[in-house]
Amino acid sequence: MKEKGGKGTFLILEILSPAVAFLLALAMGAVLILSLAENPLHVYNVMFRGGLGSIDGLGYVFFSATPLILTGLAVAFAFRAGLFNIGGEGQLYMGAFFCAWIGFTFPSMPSTLMVPLCILFAALGGAIWGLVPGVLKARFGVHEVINTIMLNFVAMLTTNFLVNHVYKEPGQMIPQTKEIATTAWIPRMAPLLQRLHIQLPTSNPLNYSLLLALMIAALAWLLLFKTRLGYEIRAVGLSHKAAEYGGIKVGATMVLSMVISGSMAGLVGVNEVLGYRHRFLDGFSTGLGFTGIAVALLGRNHPLGVVLAAVLFGILNTGALEVDIFTDIPRELVMVLQAVIIICVVVGDQVFRRWVSRRLPLQPHAGFFH
Amino acid sequence: MIPLEIIPASIRMATPLTLAALGGVFSERSGVVNIALEGILLNGAFAAVVATHFSGNPWVGVLAAVLVGLLTALIHAVVTVTFKADHIVSGVAVNLLALGATQFTCWVVYGNSGNSDRVLGLSPWNIPYVEQVPILGQILSGHSPLVYVAIFLVLLAHFLLFRTVFGLRLRAVGEHPLAADTMGVKVILMRYCGVLISGVLAGLGGAFLSLNTHYFVKNMSGGRGFIALAAMIFGKWTPFGAAGACLLFGFLEALQMFLQGGGVPTQFIQMIPYLATMVVLASAVGRATPPAAVGRPYLKEAD
Repeated sequence: MKEKGGKGTFLILEILSPAVAFLLALAMGAVLILSLAENPLHVYNVMFRGGLGSIDGLGYVFFSATPLILTGLAVAFAFRAGLFNIGGEGQLYMGAFFCAWIGFTFPSMPSTLMVPLCILFAALGGAIWGLVPGVLKARFGVHEVINTIMLNFVAMLTTNFLVNHVYKEPGQMIPQTKEIATTAWIPRMAPLLQRLHIQLPTSNPLNYSLLLALMIAALAWLLLFKTRLGYEIRAVGLSHKAAEYGGIKVGATMVLSMVISGSMAGLVGVNEVLGYRHRFLDGFSTGLGFTGIAVALLGRNHPLGVVLAAVLFGILNTGALEVDIFTDIPRELVMVLQAVIIICVVVGDQVFRRWVSRRLPLQPHAGFFH
Repeated sequence: MIPLEIIPASIRMATPLTLAALGGVFSERSGVVNIALEGILLNGAFAAVVATHFSGNPWVGVLAAVLVGLLTALIHAVVTVTFKADHIVSGVAVNLLALGATQFTCWVVYGNSGNSDRVLGLSPWNIPYVEQVPILGQILSGHSPLVYVAIFLVLLAHFLLFRTVFGLRLRAVGEHPLAADTMGVKVILMRYCGVLISGVLAGLGGAFLSLNTHYFVKNMSGGRGFIALAAMIFGKWTPFGAAGACLLFGFLEALQMFLQGGGVPTQFIQMIPYLATMVVLASAVGRATPPAAVGRPYLKEAD
């Protein structure tokens, strides 16, 4: 039923709608900045210069985008199966802890075994935390939204307990585990980039986890659009009844989608533990799982879109620190912007859809991911 | 041995949950899924503290919480009812907005985004005569006025929903909007009413949260909006059922305070309400039927 003209209009819709939403959010942010008697142009200038004005800044943008690619993919992947995973926050805490536990428990393991095992356990931690709401949804029909939120709290409390009472670094006030073995470290990208004449300072935390995140994005695309499983996942996302009629096991597909989604969020631990801090710090995530929702929506639940949106949010996050230091606007401005972006995207989406459906003989969509 | 104080403590803990859950009942009965309750609670809690801070009168704080709750719910209503966007995505966005906006404004007012200064709370009400009755007085008397307001609102909500024309219409648009529309009920208007009432109620719940502790702390709603939704489902979308379920969750929350220091790590005690929510939900679903049209936008042209 897709006509040629229809596809072109759709492409415009897919790109224009998020772009307009982003600009609209910036405009609303400007009103907020004006209300605090600051100049929005100045604040936005500081913000974008922070991330885009230097090689060092760009390094921070990609470092900050790394976990957001993963949490964004986690949300987008579940979305495709018609599931809303807002448990990324809990999944990444479990993943990071599992990852660190391997890292400091088996210090004599060779690096070639250590790093893959740590990565595997990061995915495993997230996967378990995705499995529970998946099973509860498939078996009992409990909506995954409440359960994933509840599990966020349970994960934070569990890791808080483990860090403070079981694995706390002796003689330290900071609630963190001891350092992982150096064989588990993922190196920074600065040395390589310097050899390629990109003068990224050695102090920049950007590390090879970025490549892992990009690889996962490519795998997610392959899985969703080029395999039978991906087809089944998307079929379940579109209609349970139709999928079931087509012989797809709806329950099992939902559980598997949540497990894959959770493991993606769990991999955030690789960047945090192996690539950056080299230990588990209690409460390290500043809402990365929730920002993933905005990333997924802005990226149209498509792996490529997610990567682009994550980089955009990386720019905002890096800029937020500069804004905090160099202007009288708090960094929480970015949190507000993120929420406004989501609202603008979903509203813009509906408006565009209506506009399109008035011109093309298409069914109006009932909901965002239906 | 758990002392008697656990009963009044349970009632206190159940109050913000009950107010939010009542809000959930109104919203979902009208057909709008409202996970924005969490954000409304948070915004209400913050507004109550700021308004009390500037006016010196906690009742002004309560009024501000109700107004801000209403405005927060209005965003959810515009996005879901007018623009017909996905209810859950909208709710998540409103929650994130509340999280960011309260921290942003907290920074503006108090110079840090983590917590507010201490404010006055509402002075407790002692019920004459009842307070002198040995055990009963201890349980029923001496609570924050909002506790009694909440109890009254449970009764009022039941009356409104099941004994008035307004309630019948509200439930009709949540069950079968097309039929209601055919009978001349304004579907959009009723859904706005449902969501806005939920804003008022959850805003009030937020006021109780922060005025009871005399502070605003970032993200102090702590999942209560979601627990309230679970209570609403467990209570089969009725005011009495939801209030009963909230008392259960209030008891579990109160239990935490009495179990602390008893050898069990606090983290595990703090997990109880969250885990209980999951268990309760898993056991409730299937036995409880949600309003038929809940979560579905009303599209005249599509039906």
